[in-house]
Amino acid sequence: MQLWMFVVLSLVKVIVVLVIFLTAVAYTVLLERKLVGRIQNRWGPSRVGPFGLLQPLVDGLKLFLKEDIIPSGVYRPLYLLAPLIALSCSLLSIAVIPFGAPMTWHGMRLFEISDLNIGLLILLSVTSIGVYGIALSGWSSNNKYSLLGSLRASAQMISYELALGLSLVGVVLRAGSLSLTDIVKVQAVHGIASWNILGGGQIIAFFVYLMAAYAETNRAPFDLPEAETELTGGYHTEYSSMKFAMFFMAEYGNMITVGCVATLLFLGGWTSPFGDLIPPPQNLVVQALAPLFWFVAKVFCFLFLYIWVRGTLPRFRYDQLMGFGWKFLLPVAMLNIVGTSLVLSLL
Amino acid sequence: MHLVLFLIFALFALAGAVNLLLQKHPINSALSLIVVMSSLAVLYLLLGAEFLAMAQIIVYAGAIMVLFTFVVMLLNEGREEKTWGSHTAKTLGFPAVAVLLAVLSATILRAGRHYGMISLSDGVTTTQELSRVLFHDLLLPFELTSVLILIAILGAVALARKDNGEA
Amino acid sequence: MNTTVPAEWYLILSAALFTLGVVGFLIKRSLISIFMSIELMLNAVNLSFVTFAHEWHAVKGQIFVFFVMMVAAAEAAVGLAIIISIFRARGTLTVDQIDLMKL
Repeated sequence: MQLWMFVVLSLVKVIVVLVIFLTAVAYTVLLERKLVGRIQNRWGPSRVGPFGLLQPLVDGLKLFLKEDIIPSGVYRPLYLLAPLIALSCSLLSIAVIPFGAPMTWHGMRLFEISDLNIGLLILLSVTSIGVYGIALSGWSSNNKYSLLGSLRASAQMISYELALGLSLVGVVLRAGSLSLTDIVKVQAVHGIASWNILGGGQIIAFFVYLMAAYAETNRAPFDLPEAETELTGGYHTEYSSMKFAMFFMAEYGNMITVGCVATLLFLGGWTSPFGDLIPPPQNLVVQALAPLFWFVAKVFCFLFLYIWVRGTLPRFRYDQLMGFGWKFLLPVAMLNIVGTSLVLSLL
Repeated sequence: MHLVLFLIFALFALAGAVNLLLQKHPINSALSLIVVMSSLAVLYLLLGAEFLAMAQIIVYAGAIMVLFTFVVMLLNEGREEKTWGSHTAKTLGFPAVAVLLAVLSATILRAGRHYGMISLSDGVTTTQELSRVLFHDLLLPFELTSVLILIAILGAVALARKDNGEA
Repeated sequence: MNTTVPAEWYLILSAALFTLGVVGFLIKRSLISIFMSIELMLNAVNLSFVTFAHEWHAVKGQIFVFFVMMVAAAEAAVGLAIIISIFRARGTLTVDQIDLMKL
């Protein structure tokens, strides 16, 4: 294939994925507001459009038109850089995620931007860079609440990154590869019975991942960095207008990415839960779209769980949070590695 | 392609390193060091060391430098003061550094005639190859490093805790 | 489009970065910046390790970089703890003012 064709096709893929991703981010916000509303026995947004479906559009417009205030005490270069770092790290990780079956067209993968041998490591490294957005925003704001929030956030994210990384080792051991496509292929054989969460015996790892991911994305019950009762807004207290919106989008983008990763690593990715029970469809379009449907459905279920947890669980205290990460999640993740490798070596 | 990528990221690395020296505030220096490390990760990718490239970002840029920025934020030490420094550094240091660079470059250039050309199609060292060597031939050093890290953790905790006993 | 780069360019880049690290070590006055210059030197050496590993098709060169990273992580943890306790005792990180052996 010619170079220019490769470049053009990649660009098209990038743009399509970004547009879909950003729309998904906007509608995740709506989903959260609706669900939390229902959990708290109220309606949530319902005025704009049918069932409030146009609410994200209006929200975006509002944030865009707000006055952009830069407080006089901030350290300007880093204050401006921080939201960019947060948002770009959040958008970057979507590049290695395969959304559908590995179908190719003229040698190009259709349903993922790029398939890499080290896809999982890239996800981890992007997550680890994402800390800077939060750390720098709090420090450069020159505000004690922001600083406290960002100190909390960076300590929390470094601590939980360990448990997060270790919980994935079991999955990698089973697949023998760091490529996300290979990891899904291992789980494709018998439908739900061979998904890592059940047949792979990684259910402990799944829950460790779940909790570590909540902490990594600073979501309830681990949302100490932006605990509004103690820190007003946390690290983004001093941000307004589009800069605030960037942090907001980054947070929800991270949620979706975490959902995609959980789907790929533990819930069988784009494979159907029925495995061979349903014969594969003959129609090429159905063959392409069915995996996409399963992927989106699984990510949706994961996001639902995410919001459900936020709506029902109270917030941790900070020392409890650190103790939980270091004294419980980390040893459990290590035991899981030992167990998985023992079983794999005996099989 | 390789040449273009090499030039871009070599330039980034050098600019980051120079900026590290010029910046007066430690947090700016830390950020320029992160730029250097990330561009080195890209150079590792060009050299076919994909696992190392990611380890570079995860370990250096994502863990070590986060610790640095964390400490800078925690101590909130402001701008570096302009001090006299040591006279030995000026009179002996800089000539010595210049000599060091000259010697290194001369050695590399003289030996470099025997070295090959590097291109993008050279193939990559897969994680499998790397781990086979690491866990078969070099198992003992690997285990020793883990002990070293454990000692470092204990040491860091012992040093950073307050003296009055209650952690 | 498949251009090549001679291996010695990578080595010269590594030498230049190392030298910049040495210069930083000499001219920086803040403990934490000096520590960063040391990290820069370590990184520069790593680059030459990877280049040689590629040149001689030896995986062990890359393993060496891996070990350097692990040792650097340990070193950073202990070093930063030392820096924190110095700051607690002296209230400054300027090296010229930390020239006494005892309080």
